[in-house]
Amino acid sequence: MTATVIRTLLSHWRSHRLQLITLLTGIALATGLWSAVQAINTEARASYARASAQLALGQFDEIQNSDGFIPIETYVALRRDGWQVAAVLDGTLRIKGRSVRIMGVDMVSYPALPAVTEAEQSQAPPDPADILTDPGRLLMTADLAMLFDGAEGFPPVLTSTALPPDLVLTDIGVAERLLDRPGQISRLVILPDQPQGRTPLADLAPELLRSSPSAQTDTAQLTDSFHLNLAAFGLLSFAVGLFIVHGTVGLAFAQRRGIIRTLRALGVPMHRLIWLILTELVLLALIGGLIGLLIGFFLAGALLPDVAATLRGLYGAPVEGQLSLRPAWVASGLAMAVGGTLAASGHALWKLSQMPLLSGAGLQAWGNAAAHRVMGGVGLLLLVGAGLIYLSAQGLLAGFAMLGALLTGAALLLPLVLSALLAVLGRHAKGPISTWVWADMRAQLPGLSLALMALLLALAANIGVGTMVSSFRLTFLGWLDQRLTSELYFSAEDAEQAALITDWLNPQVDAILPIRNTELSHETGPLFLYGVVDDQTYREKWPLIARSPDAWDRVMQGEAILINEQLARRADLWPGDILHLTSLQSRVIAGVYSDYGNPTGQAIVSMRQLDVLAPDTPPALRFGIRLPEVRAAEMAQKLRDQFDLPTQAVIRQHALKAQSVAIFEKTFVVTSALNVLTLGVAGFAILTSLLTLWTQRLPQVAPVWALGLTRRHLAGLELLRSLLLAALTAVLALPLGLILAWVLLAVINVQAFGWRLPMFLFPGDWLRLFALTLVAAALAAALPALRLMRLPPVHLLRVFANER
Amino acid sequence: MLLTIDHVQKTYPGGRPVLKDVSLVLDHGQTLALTGESGSGKSTLLHLAAALDGFDGGEITLDGTPLSGLEDAGRAALRRQTLSLVFQQFNLIPSLTVAQNLSIHAQIAGRHDPEWEAHLAQHLGLGDLLDRFPENLSGGQQQRVAIGRAMATRPALLLADEPTGNLDETASATVLDLMLGLVADTGTALLLVTHSLDIAARLDRRAHLSGGQVT
Repeated sequence: MTATVIRTLLSHWRSHRLQLITLLTGIALATGLWSAVQAINTEARASYARASAQLALGQFDEIQNSDGFIPIETYVALRRDGWQVAAVLDGTLRIKGRSVRIMGVDMVSYPALPAVTEAEQSQAPPDPADILTDPGRLLMTADLAMLFDGAEGFPPVLTSTALPPDLVLTDIGVAERLLDRPGQISRLVILPDQPQGRTPLADLAPELLRSSPSAQTDTAQLTDSFHLNLAAFGLLSFAVGLFIVHGTVGLAFAQRRGIIRTLRALGVPMHRLIWLILTELVLLALIGGLIGLLIGFFLAGALLPDVAATLRGLYGAPVEGQLSLRPAWVASGLAMAVGGTLAASGHALWKLSQMPLLSGAGLQAWGNAAAHRVMGGVGLLLLVGAGLIYLSAQGLLAGFAMLGALLTGAALLLPLVLSALLAVLGRHAKGPISTWVWADMRAQLPGLSLALMALLLALAANIGVGTMVSSFRLTFLGWLDQRLTSELYFSAEDAEQAALITDWLNPQVDAILPIRNTELSHETGPLFLYGVVDDQTYREKWPLIARSPDAWDRVMQGEAILINEQLARRADLWPGDILHLTSLQSRVIAGVYSDYGNPTGQAIVSMRQLDVLAPDTPPALRFGIRLPEVRAAEMAQKLRDQFDLPTQAVIRQHALKAQSVAIFEKTFVVTSALNVLTLGVAGFAILTSLLTLWTQRLPQVAPVWALGLTRRHLAGLELLRSLLLAALTAVLALPLGLILAWVLLAVINVQAFGWRLPMFLFPGDWLRLFALTLVAAALAAALPALRLMRLPPVHLLRVFANER
Repeated sequence: MLLTIDHVQKTYPGGRPVLKDVSLVLDHGQTLALTGESGSGKSTLLHLAAALDGFDGGEITLDGTPLSGLEDAGRAALRRQTLSLVFQQFNLIPSLTVAQNLSIHAQIAGRHDPEWEAHLAQHLGLGDLLDRFPENLSGGQQQRVAIGRAMATRPALLLADEPTGNLDETASATVLDLMLGLVADTGTALLLVTHSLDIAARLDRRAHLSGGQVT
């Protein structure tokens, strides 16, 4: 019996091949987009974990100094007292215009590092003494080694496969020299097996703080928000894909009611039918899921290099640009495909299981008006829920929950709203054809509503994300204009050269603005303290978003400090509050400035105060030069010639802006790609709905044809109907998209990145999207309309024959 | 007795009584025509006898099994093993060929007999149509496939609900002849619902349903 029933159930797909393709495509697209995002996230997290393991990070307790660096004297005191600690010096070095992270470790005491072991076990192992004694060795990946090729003043390079990208590992003595930070230690790693009877840290060095691995801020924590954003977008794409599955399965089940009824009449128990249909759905989900995984793998492979570049640029996160196939990813992708398919089919399956044996075999039950009223009610509740979350909850997850409730609620309400709109518009119809078109459109809503819901979500996401990105771009460009005010920027190799250059430049330019900073620790994470000289440029241009009166005067008098928005929001510190910088030093906050693209806290004091607060701050090696713009090119060349500086050492303002904009654009490559793909999926949903529905259209169309309308005329009306429904949906998507943009800008971004952006409106983009929607709807409706135009009259006559 | 309908009552949701107190018996090999006006409850009674629907009072016993205590699985088993159905709307599986439709019930019942099915196909004049799909058949041809499907299990009882209701006069006569011939040849009992007195006259017995009761 089972084999016969299976054959009979499967025979439906043989005669409805397009429906099968649609179903598999829906599952594949949903799984593909979701899996692509998961693959990217998994790969990135695996890179972080690999990097931590390669550098023995997050395994041991560490000691840091909230006042900045740990002096060598304190380290010596700790060692003499018996503390088993390994010194580490972290820093950043610019080489050929690119930032490279230097990690200098005490090679003798630091835990075994895979890169060192690999070098020692290589075919030509270096002499261990070479690594420890001058000039030392630099360990790095082969890719990074190419950057050092031909660069002067660096120790010999050893390549390793056991290191993160963009990181140079070396002995701490070499790092001190390269970073020009003699006697400074960033942190001390507390080794296992400490001797008994040591003096407590609080007595020996009260200024030092001990932190456990769980309290150390690592890359995975820093990038959590970015990955959560990606996951949310992946989930939205998944949901849009599932609309196709839901619609197709619903129609397929409705069409199979006759078969199910007959099989039951022939003696097949209902529970066996349900189990077999469930098995069939799982098999289809697995097939669609496998196709989706293939799509996802290639999509992720295409997007990963840009995401890796973004994560490196934004967070300094070590992500490799290559994708590897992981069993867990395959399993989770298939699980999502099966789970999603069953969730999308659950309602149809439940209705089928409740179907009385003697019920009709028609399509009435498919997407009926009563169901739409229930959906509308649920939608309204979800919208109220979204409002309540906004009023009562905070945090990134609450933000996403609000977004989810808002989008789902609006989508569920769509059929009711469209129906009401069509009823209102239909009242103004003149003439019988026009009246019929409006009435027919309402009658067709149940069958098309799922596709239109998918379109609404895709359009709203497009408008919302587009508005966010464009608002961000506009704000970012304006902000760049404020921040990058100097006409030229130059980097010196050392303090001596910097002094020579500034002396030479002084009489020739309007101002020289040193860029000098140091890293401190704050309860919210790393804090970069910058010192600035008193110059009108800062007073006029610096982008303060909150300020107290005479902010700059007070900063320059050493009374106050400016902090960036990230620090302000994380620590809830605003003008008038006190920022505790070190154990002994604190300053009143005079203003808060926007600082996009920077994940860490930052503060600005006068140059004199920087030396007071952090006397070990290295001298400035980078400078901004103010001079008339027309002299910038000439001065850049003169500077290079005079001091034999490489091209990258002197950069004009517009080149620096172009670099920043390029990084910004890369940040949103993956978002834009997912945006376009989601819209594509929604377009496909409309196409499949129209194609699967078109045979059901014949009973409505045939009588009108018999009354004297040509097939060409009817096909034109079909096209018009799709365009009108798509246009109405697009109009409704606009307010939803703008609310989405507001939530993204005012809630999600603040929680995820620590900055709030102003919202700008881009009507030109909306018009383009509206036109694109109409084109997509026209393309989707073209095939069914063409079919109708060419339909032999005998098929239309069959409608009347069946009715007899 | 193969089928005993004993004081059966049935009320539709909404409270309208359709069968008030119906009693009937049908023995092996007998044929019985159930006539009545539209809405008199003929089809309802046939559905109850076929274990397709439940009743509110009385009892129906099919081949010694009372239907009132049966769950869905037990009712399905009876439909597989004891009886077959022929509907006015044919109810063929549109995605299966004629040959597959002919054998589907027998296969579900575990009584697949290719020789018997081939004989039925020939007897019903379907030999040249075996590879076609139902949508390519006329109404008469489709009903002949439905009869073949029903008889392929060699059921003890055949329940037919207006089997010629959708057919023209010629096709109707052919289908009826074939069905009655097969029933007689195999000793199958037949309960046939019809509003045609001419058709009813060709069966062994006749029961008229009116006002929810057999008159």
